[in-house]
Amino acid sequence: MKNFSGKVLFLDRSDINTDEIIPAKYLTEITKEALKPYLLEDLVLEGFNHKHDLQDKAVIVTRANFGCGSSREHAPWALEVNGINVVIAESFARIFRQNMFNCGMMAIELPKEKIDYLFANYAGKETFISVDVENDTIVVTSGEQREEIKYTISEFDKTLVKEGGWVGYADKHY
Amino acid sequence: MGKTLAEKIFDAHRIDMPFPETHVLKLDMVFCHEITTPIAITDLMARGMDRVFDPTKIKAVIDHVTPAKDSKTAEQGKILREWARRHGIKDFFDIGRNGVCHALFPEKGFVRPGYTIIMGDSHTCTHGAFGAFAAGVGTTDLEVGILKGVCAFRTPKTIKIVLNGTLKPGVYAKDVILYIIKELTVNGATDKVIEFTGPVVDAMSMEARMTLCNMAIEAGGTCGVCYPDMKTVEYLWEYIKDEFASKEEALQEYSKWISDADAQYEKVYEFDVSHLEPLVTYGYKPDQVKTVREMEGTEVDQIYIGSCTNGRIEDLRVAAAVLKGKKISDHVRAIVSPATPEVYAQALKEGLIEIFLDAGFCVTNPTCGACLGMSNGVLASGEVCASTTNRNFNGRMGKGGMVHLMSPATAAATAIAGKITNSPLFQG
Ligand code: SF4
Repeated sequence: MKNFSGKVLFLDRSDINTDEIIPAKYLTEITKEALKPYLLEDLVLEGFNHKHDLQDKAVIVTRANFGCGSSREHAPWALEVNGINVVIAESFARIFRQNMFNCGMMAIELPKEKIDYLFANYAGKETFISVDVENDTIVVTSGEQREEIKYTISEFDKTLVKEGGWVGYADKHY
Repeated sequence: MGKTLAEKIFDAHRIDMPFPETHVLKLDMVFCHEITTPIAITDLMARGMDRVFDPTKIKAVIDHVTPAKDSKTAEQGKILREWARRHGIKDFFDIGRNGVCHALFPEKGFVRPGYTIIMGDSHTCTHGAFGAFAAGVGTTDLEVGILKGVCAFRTPKTIKIVLNGTLKPGVYAKDVILYIIKELTVNGATDKVIEFTGPVVDAMSMEARMTLCNMAIEAGGTCGVCYPDMKTVEYLWEYIKDEFASKEEALQEYSKWISDADAQYEKVYEFDVSHLEPLVTYGYKPDQVKTVREMEGTEVDQIYIGSCTNGRIEDLRVAAAVLKGKKISDHVRAIVSPATPEVYAQALKEGLIEIFLDAGFCVTNPTCGACLGMSNGVLASGEVCASTTNRNFNGRMGKGGMVHLMSPATAAATAIAGKITNSPLFQG
């Protein structure tokens, strides 16, 4: 399994699309590593600086409909090569969410109240999240604060995370 | 309890349900293009799995950047070309025969009612216009599709949209879908199939239905679908005439791909579109929609007519009708990209290309081109484009550029005026 814990980047906006995550002009790259410097280059978000704000982050917490738009799997890959294997959001676009699990990465959905709560209590502070895959729980810590939040995940998605993705699974079963 | 069209297709293609809500479907077609497929091919090769499940069910095209613009895009084309040869994929469309995938593949008769189709491209939803279940997927799903001919989907939930009334002259499928996206919002249909029904859809051509289904993804939809009818049969007849004794027989067969009257829907919307006027987007999200009247006078730098949304022959006919005998404004540049060689040839035959040239348009070869900001009309920072494409995301047509989505009629009128305006075809 991949690493699912580390420092959190809060992106306070809904509908962040795949063109913002990785612009089309980089789709001619044929290695994942080459995408690294361009993650979130075109993100429309006041005060966000992709060169500075992404440093040592491993988890993204964001709002609704993350990853809408294009089917490009380059979006999860660009996250992966930057060390980000988990995105926690109110909701995801279908293709993006499937791409994440297909790559053995995690797209965790939490209800709006929980997301609001995370933003209200942790955004702006140095925050760490670690995902306990076995128990469907995320552990949030910041300074003295520590809490656990349960999430729900489909059995299929969980299996993909554990087995490292869909190609291996499908090859074994079909 | 009755079933929806998507549920019927799932029932006919399901080979496994490994987990609750997870349906593994057998695929009838896997479509490929040169942006998302080469990376799947190289990964399969690296895994020692350079195989294809059935070369007759794989169709491939170089369409996004063609002719190649640099060494990197040339390399992508080369990987796809060599792979198609290596595996005997006969339906591979290289430059000269290539066109925008979602216009070309239907035109070649590769889409049939009741089919399951995937492609590494979000606008694969277009093919639902034929009563198929067609979904965009990422590279990993594409790899498995190529290798095994299967794909996993969640239980399909359907939103039904009933379009009543009659469209005013000068109002098109593009205006209808922009209106629907505005109503549904950009994630109103996430994880759902959108069924487009009602008298307005019945009256639409296959081209217009494709425009409608093409933008289902812009509301988050997995697939847009229309019920097959005589128009579907007529469109496909050239390719299916050996399979059926008559068109009526074909229609009868295809009619099994229609939702039952008592099917269960997630939600049903009824819209009367009789009063709809031409629409246009503002901002960076496709649900940010206003009437052309409200946006009247917005200056633009470039006009782009083309893409899988609106680069078909009907679109070119409408644009040419507006442009005939006119010149584009001195303040703008305009590009038209017929979506396929057949569209190009037909436009040439009908004198449309001449109208575009006389008006001052640049006519390009069939390609996605400027639609995704990779070639053939990329914007400079601060520039504005009036476009018949489907996405207005920040940076989509070039870093710092702004895209206003609209119908071909509005785009043509905007080219003449140099600013956003209604076409004379609309007399609201
Ligand atoms: S025309 Fe645009 S939206 Fe359509 S397939 Fe090409 S790049 Fe994608």
